[in-house]
Amino acid sequence: MGSQKKRIWLTISGIAWGTLSIILLLSFGEGLKLQLHKANKGLGENIVILYGGQTSKVYQGLPRGRRISFTDEDVRMLKEKIPQITGISGEYDMYGETLTYGSTTLTERVTGVLPPFEYMRTHYPQAGGRFINEIDIRERRRVIFLGNRLKERLMGPEVDAIGETITVNGLPFVVVGVMNEKMQMSMYGGPDDQKATIPATTLKALQGRTHVNRIIYQVNQTHLAPMVEQEVYKLLGRKYRFDPTDKKALGIWDTIEQTAVAGNMLIGIQIFLGLIGALTLIIASVGVANIMYVSVKERTREIGVKRALGAKRLHIKQQFILEALMIAITGGILGGAVAMLIIQGLQGIPVSDGPLELLGKPTFSMPIFIVTATILGIVGLAAGYFPAQRAARVDPIESLRYE
Amino acid sequence: MISMEQITRIYDTGKIQVEALRGIDLEIGENEYVAIMGPSGSGKSTLMHIIGCLDTPTAGQYTLDGKSVQAFTDNQLADIRNQKVGFVFQSFNLMPYASAYENVELPLIFAGVSTKERKRRVTDMLDRVGLADRMDHKPNELSGGQQQRVAIARALSNNPRIILADEPTGNLDSESGAEILSLFSDLWKAGNTIVVITHDRNISDYCQRIVKLKDGMIANGALT
Repeated sequence: MGSQKKRIWLTISGIAWGTLSIILLLSFGEGLKLQLHKANKGLGENIVILYGGQTSKVYQGLPRGRRISFTDEDVRMLKEKIPQITGISGEYDMYGETLTYGSTTLTERVTGVLPPFEYMRTHYPQAGGRFINEIDIRERRRVIFLGNRLKERLMGPEVDAIGETITVNGLPFVVVGVMNEKMQMSMYGGPDDQKATIPATTLKALQGRTHVNRIIYQVNQTHLAPMVEQEVYKLLGRKYRFDPTDKKALGIWDTIEQTAVAGNMLIGIQIFLGLIGALTLIIASVGVANIMYVSVKERTREIGVKRALGAKRLHIKQQFILEALMIAITGGILGGAVAMLIIQGLQGIPVSDGPLELLGKPTFSMPIFIVTATILGIVGLAAGYFPAQRAARVDPIESLRYE
Repeated sequence: MISMEQITRIYDTGKIQVEALRGIDLEIGENEYVAIMGPSGSGKSTLMHIIGCLDTPTAGQYTLDGKSVQAFTDNQLADIRNQKVGFVFQSFNLMPYASAYENVELPLIFAGVSTKERKRRVTDMLDRVGLADRMDHKPNELSGGQQQRVAIARALSNNPRIILADEPTGNLDSESGAEILSLFSDLWKAGNTIVVITHDRNISDYCQRIVKLKDGMIANGALT
């Protein structure tokens, strides 16, 4: 029995290893998915970014190659005419603006936006501050919202920026908020944490601009996004007189579609990882079947005696399947415990920017638990089934023969 | 109770055919104490296995308690072995890693008896064979005689009427053998039917009746 015990523990370790593999693989996949999700949100939530483009089709007598650009009238029109849009803002860019605080001067980009920008482009303020609001817009206040890295470079990390005054091209602006730290993978014009934002109306008043650099709109019911896009082309096409099917007339960056594509890719990755993990577990289960066969062989007499005492074939079968299941469950619990320790440990390690940012946060979830437990159960049952059949077929006379 | 007519058992091992039993006619009634004796290879164990429904005859009629055993399914035969018959073996055949209690419990588990009821019966049986104080001992912690007594308690746990013992004292010293003998006498007096394969004159002297087997046939007729 001593060697049998050793063999059983070897088999259990095989199952533990397989369980560990599948849980870790699936958890890293889940972590990747969650981190990517967070990173995508860094640019914005369900947004589509519109740029003016160039017409590529002749339309109503007008030639190709015409540049299209928007005004804030268009922002209002789109909002009115398309109810599925849950938020919209134009964005005005100013380049090479001088920002001064105390003795520090930086040359940076400043953009002018509307309040929906806050939740659309996830420019959430740190506690104690706020983003640009309706009153700022109405009164064309000279208020400014700073990206967190920009604030550090301009004013230093210890200063409480809220209420402080900085100058933009010599004009005083009051800081109303500093952006919360966020993970951002996609961007335009540099990362958001390096940007300064003022009310769109203030910027218009300063520069007398009519044309908006881009329009950003949000469609929270993401399945409606394609329809909204069509409407946008139709409405702007009617106004600027371009063919609504002329894709090049507008530049479109659809993060909604981008997220969907990435989502599908991720599901593919998760399935792939899951399969590898499952394969490892299945290979370990071959070890279980092997040891069960040996067990049947070594316990032929025991089986014969039990049959003589009135055990039915089913009893014998059940006993061996149960033993196989026990081995699988023990291995599963061991492997699972180690996996959880590793996952907890890694979750605790802070990850900065870099490759670990996406891959370094394995996340365990209920579906992962269910998948693993199910595979373990199936594997245990299958590994025990055939040896159990063999056991049930033992001829009691043969096994008791050599008295 | 046990009625055998022209029972034949042929083992087909591919190349050779072994005729273990050739046309046995045997009747055993209630509360009989029968010894089966004979040289090695005479078919004693085979006969015992067939009586106990552990094996089925190749030909002939076996009627047990008025029912023809041939008609029974595999599971029904298992039930007979569980409820009507109790086996006792020469080498005890206890489960080595289980306690005396767990060994005696086995037939009850197969019968689907509840845990509470099992406790009652196992304790009762071990008490009857004088081992109530050794319930948690494993076989390697018991003497030969004690192990055989556990085996007998196990055979009795479902209160079968027929006890079948194959050389029950074969691996025991004379003192332990005598204990087993006296146990069997008690069981006989309590109304059980006992069939023993034995070389031991002590046992055969105690039996009511001796059936002698030779070359797969009864050598001394079906009656004493």
